[in-house]
Amino acid sequence: MTFRQKHLLGIEPLHPEEIRTILDLADTYVDLNRSPTKHSDALAGMTQINMFFENSTRTQASFELAGKRLGADVMNMAMQASSIKKGETLIDTALTLNAMHPDLLVVRHPHSGAVDLLSQKVNCAVLNAGDGRHEHPTQALLDALTIRRAKGRLHRLNIAICGDIAHSRVARSNILLLHKMENRIRLVGPPTLMPSGISHFGVEVYDDMREGLKDVDVVMMLRLQKERMDGGFIPSEREYYHRYGLDAEKLAYAKDDAIVMHPGPMNRGVEIDGEIADDINRSVIQEQVEMGVAVRMAAMDLLARNLRDAGDKGVWV
Amino acid sequence: MSILFKNARLIDPEARTETTGDLFVQDGVIAAVGDTPDTAEQVVDCRGKHLAPGIVDIGVKICEPGERHKESFRTAGLAAAAGGVTTIVTRPDTLPSIDTPETLEFVTRRGREASPVNIRPMATLTKGREGREMVEIGFLLDAGAVAFTDGDRVTTDTKVLSRAMTYARSLGAVIIAHPQDPGLSRGAAVTSGKFASLRGLPAVSAMAERMALDRDIALVEMTGVAYHADQITTARALPALERAKNNGHDVTAGVSIHHLTLNELDVGDYRTFFKVKPPLRSEDDRIACVEAVKTGLIDIICSMHTPQDEESKRLPFEEAASGAVGLETFLPAVLRLVHAGDIALPDLWRAMSFNPAARFGLPGGRLAVGAPADLVLFDADAPFVLDRTKLHSKSKNTPFDGARLQGRVLSTYVGGDCVYTKD
Repeated sequence: MTFRQKHLLGIEPLHPEEIRTILDLADTYVDLNRSPTKHSDALAGMTQINMFFENSTRTQASFELAGKRLGADVMNMAMQASSIKKGETLIDTALTLNAMHPDLLVVRHPHSGAVDLLSQKVNCAVLNAGDGRHEHPTQALLDALTIRRAKGRLHRLNIAICGDIAHSRVARSNILLLHKMENRIRLVGPPTLMPSGISHFGVEVYDDMREGLKDVDVVMMLRLQKERMDGGFIPSEREYYHRYGLDAEKLAYAKDDAIVMHPGPMNRGVEIDGEIADDINRSVIQEQVEMGVAVRMAAMDLLARNLRDAGDKGVWV
Repeated sequence: MSILFKNARLIDPEARTETTGDLFVQDGVIAAVGDTPDTAEQVVDCRGKHLAPGIVDIGVKICEPGERHKESFRTAGLAAAAGGVTTIVTRPDTLPSIDTPETLEFVTRRGREASPVNIRPMATLTKGREGREMVEIGFLLDAGAVAFTDGDRVTTDTKVLSRAMTYARSLGAVIIAHPQDPGLSRGAAVTSGKFASLRGLPAVSAMAERMALDRDIALVEMTGVAYHADQITTARALPALERAKNNGHDVTAGVSIHHLTLNELDVGDYRTFFKVKPPLRSEDDRIACVEAVKTGLIDIICSMHTPQDEESKRLPFEEAASGAVGLETFLPAVLRLVHAGDIALPDLWRAMSFNPAARFGLPGGRLAVGAPADLVLFDADAPFVLDRTKLHSKSKNTPFDGARLQGRVLSTYVGGDCVYTKD
């Protein structure tokens, strides 16, 4: 078992072996979560603070549940209503919270790199729950776990990531993770929603969805992040749905046993057809949510172990 | 008062030579080079170290008036002296901005009384840098404005700009612009490309620079004004610049030392001290700009000294302020290019002292009889590790903190007076 990280800030610094460690442990937590007791004491006595500087229901609930099932004391800070509005800087907020001796900080922030910055100023373990357009590592890990359980492996798969790649931290983390695990990645979407320099990412880029989906094992849809749009990236929602919305006709180009994923929340009728999202033979969207809790339990458990080890050795404090 | 500098490696940027010899200063003016008297009231043995005209740095931000906690004329002057900069040409983007003869006189007075090096102010091109009405270019010229610039604010209204240019031309004033298309670069923190996408930062295409330069050159063609682009930092803008020069337009261009020695990857894990305007570019762009300095296509190297306090920089990258201090690290940083074998010292000095002085009608920048004795004596090889806390500037936002650099200023002279000696 290998996991040497102090924080989970992104997929980029992780070694493939560390990714496997998280997923293996998460598998055991899936079993725990399906059992009647649903409880472990892995984080007993530890304090977890969720700081969400950006709206979130699903991710925050998932982290909260993960912490509680592991026996941590969990506190949610509604950062949007707090002192940030009073002009306090991110660093000051971090230092204030740090003085309360949390063990795990779960942070979401609208700016890329903000969680990284915060992690430099505290001496607890920091988990990135999404920073700007940069990374959302637990989402990529839960997607990986879902794929591994559905497909029996996490390598040499053809995976299409479709939609608003440019504004998506989910896409970035997934590209990094799936690349590390040696899969073939295709990006499908209109060129206005592709990040610059994409040709250097070791991916294949398609602006025709039918071509992009041909013979893939996994179709990963992204939310069309309307709130992130400056405006003018696509002509209209209906044209987007026509060209890039996942419906039965387009999905038919993928392999017969291809699975359909979506990080949620879905815009039915914008990027995905409602019937496909609900098709229990193809859609693993509900499994993704389930895996989310397990992966977050695994990640926090591993970070807590490293935190305890470091505490025993007298470093990091 | 006379000074004799003996056994110096003399860098003459005008003649583009580097020779061993002596230099004689009488009453603050260079009185003889090479063929000097044998002795003087003060004799400085240079021991084979380099003696060159002091650096003339265009576009230094001194945060007076308005933000004196970031930098004052005193601290900037000390930093300049320690960095071998003998003439600072200040930016007018202060609070309030320098857009009237009265505020310009304040800057001139503060510079004279507080700074050990020469301070020459620039004025804004439009009132309040708002891009709507031109300033009193005539009065400001009379009061000593070296050039007219709205700093990094681009005048989007071409009618306003063309009129200001036409008026400036009639008075022989030089206009400095920041070529960066404001629409394309809105909100950008880095240059677009793989790095920007990996870090998830809002980015601007390198093309934004060429677009704005093309527009400005068209206006120069229309009005005939003397025009200087503050920073040309991308390979794509260079052919446009070359064409304009070949067509006989009065166009010059500068580049900051940071864009010549650093690239976009230096930002690394969101290090905000590397956030500058325009953003750091690709390595290909950097190499192209170094080459352009070597050939003379880019005329002037500047430090783009922009002090920012810790609070402005200790923020998420997108929110953090842009700019880096550069006065004191200017010389060791440019010497990186010499030690890398990219460019020779006389060519470098042409871009750092002779060209800026000539372009803006300033007295320094030459190692010739009759020129003011604004001199820097430096050891081009002395290695050191930069410690930002030791900088003279009030703000310590240097991208070179902890960097291994080579080249230290031994002493700096302004008008024959020694204003800095390395202890």
